[in-house]
Amino acid sequence: MSDEIKDIDDHSGIETTGHSWDGIKELNNPLPRWWLYIWYATIIWGVIYMVFMPAIPALPGMGTNTPGLRNHSDRDLVAAAVAELKEARVAQSETLLEASLEEIETDRGLQQFALAMGESLFGDNCATCHGAGGRGAVGYPTLADDVWLWDGTLDGIEYTLRHGIRHEADLDTRFSLMPSFGRDNLLSTDQIDDLTDYVLLVSGQEHDATAAARVAELYQQQCASCHGVNGEGDRLQGAPNLTDREWLFGGSRDDIYNTIYNARNSHMPAWQDRLDDASIKALAVYVHTLGGGE
Amino acid sequence: MGLMNNHGVLERHSLLLTIGILVVVSIGGIIQMAPLMYMDNTIEKVDGMRPYTPLELKGRDIYIREGCYVCHSQMVRPLRDEVERYGHYSLAAESMYDHPFQWGSKRTGPDLARVGGKYSAEWQVDHLIDPRALVPESIMPPYAFLMDKKLKYDGIEDRLRTERLVGVPYSDEMIENAKGHILAQADPNDQGFDYYDSLMALYEAEAGREGTVEARDWDGNPDEITEMDALVAYLQMTGTLVDFSTYEADDLSNRR
Repeated sequence: MSDEIKDIDDHSGIETTGHSWDGIKELNNPLPRWWLYIWYATIIWGVIYMVFMPAIPALPGMGTNTPGLRNHSDRDLVAAAVAELKEARVAQSETLLEASLEEIETDRGLQQFALAMGESLFGDNCATCHGAGGRGAVGYPTLADDVWLWDGTLDGIEYTLRHGIRHEADLDTRFSLMPSFGRDNLLSTDQIDDLTDYVLLVSGQEHDATAAARVAELYQQQCASCHGVNGEGDRLQGAPNLTDREWLFGGSRDDIYNTIYNARNSHMPAWQDRLDDASIKALAVYVHTLGGGE
Repeated sequence: MGLMNNHGVLERHSLLLTIGILVVVSIGGIIQMAPLMYMDNTIEKVDGMRPYTPLELKGRDIYIREGCYVCHSQMVRPLRDEVERYGHYSLAAESMYDHPFQWGSKRTGPDLARVGGKYSAEWQVDHLIDPRALVPESIMPPYAFLMDKKLKYDGIEDRLRTERLVGVPYSDEMIENAKGHILAQADPNDQGFDYYDSLMALYEAEAGREGTVEARDWDGNPDEITEMDALVAYLQMTGTLVDFSTYEADDLSNRR
C-alpha cells in the first residue's frame, strides 16, 4: 500500500479510501483515539485473563482446557462455599443432632436456632403443599392446628418427615390404604349415599336419619376397623377422626360422597434422602411449634 | 502490490464475498464450540443417565409446547444459595439426551432441574389444575385442560427414531414397544400390564441401576391416559437419574 499515491480529498484535506463509486469517494477518517485505546486495553486484558483463568480449550487429545495460574474451578468454589456454610453451622448443628428433640424445645438458644433453620426450610420444601405457616389446603393437612392424622409428637413428626406417607420407595413409610368403595364396586352408590348420611350424622351435621340408620351396621363392617366404632379415627393407621369438624378433603355432602366413592390416599414424599439430619430435626421442631404439637 | 489490494476481487463477486463472510464469521463460533465436543470435562460420563421413556418424552414435548421454559429454568448453577435450595448443581451429562435442553436463565418460577420427587405426583396434578388453590401468591396460569386432553401418541415410534438420529441410544426393541411402554408407565396394572417388565428391563438396564423408572397412574384418573399423565411423569423424574451419593465431583475428569 505504501507504494500507492495517497488520494486526498480536495474539500476536507482528508485521505480517502481510494474507491470510487460513480465518482463518489469515501473519507478514510481514523478511528477515535479513545475507542482505539479501549480496544487495545481489552486485548491486553484478554491475554492476562488467559494466563490466570481457565481459558484455552483443549486440543484434541489434550483432554481438558488450560487450568490457568489461579487454578479456578466453579465446582471447587461452590464446594468450599457449602463447606464454609456447614462450618458456620457446625457447632449448633452438632448440638442439635446430639440433643433429643425434647431438649431442643427446652433450651431457648437451641430452639431459636432450630426454629430459624426450620422456618426457611419449611418455606421452600413444605409450604408448597402445607401452605405458608402450615395453614394447609384441601388435601394437604393443616399443620398449624392440633389435629393430627398420624402423630403430633416431636418424634412422630420427625418419623413422618423421614419416611413420608405412602411413599412406596421407603419401606418404613407410614402406610394405609382406604379402598375406593364406589370405583372398585365394593359398595353400591345407594349404600355410599347412605354412608354419606352416616358420616354427616357422626360429624354432627345435617343428615337424613333414616338413611344413616340403614347403614349403621354396614359402617361397623366396612369402616369401623379404621375409623373407629364411633368414628373417632385411628392414628396408628392415619384414619381421620370423623366426629370433629376438621376435613382434609372437605366436609360437605358431595365431598364426603366423593371421598367414599374414590377414596383419597394422599402421598407425602420421604425427606431423609433430600435433607440432612440436622435439617429434619429443625423442621420437626418448627412444625411441632406451629400449632398443636403434642 | 500486496495481497490487501486484491480485496476488490471479493467485493466484485457476491458469491465469493458470501463464502468469505461465512468463513470469517464461523471462526469465532467454531473455536467456542468445537472443543466442547471432545473436552473430557464437558462430555463427562455419569452413571445413571438413560433416555427418556416414551411417556416422559411426550411429557417433555408438552412441557415445551406449553412454554414452561419461559418461566422455569432447568439448571442448578454451582452457587451456594442454589445448591442449598435446589440440591446438587446440574451436570452437563444430565442434559445429554435433551433435544433441546431446557436450561434457561429466566426464573419467574423456581428452577425445575431437580423437582422430580420433591413433591408428590398428586401435588403436581392439583397444582397444575389450579396453582392458586395451593400457593395463593402464585402467578402461574392453570393447566386444568391437560386432564381432559387424551394423550396422542400415534407417531411415538417415529418420535423415538428422530431422537435416535441425533444420538439418543433408543434400541429397536424400545422403538417397537414404544406404544406399549406408554401404557405400561401410565397404567401398569391394566392396559400396560404386558409391557411393564419390558419397560423396566430396557430402561433400567440403560440407567444401570434400579428405581429410575416409575410406573403408576399419574393424574388420578386411571381410566384414561391424558396429557397430564405424561407431563407429571416427566416432572417427577427430572434430575433424579444421577445418584449423587456415588458421584465424585473431585475426580479430575469432573473438574470444571
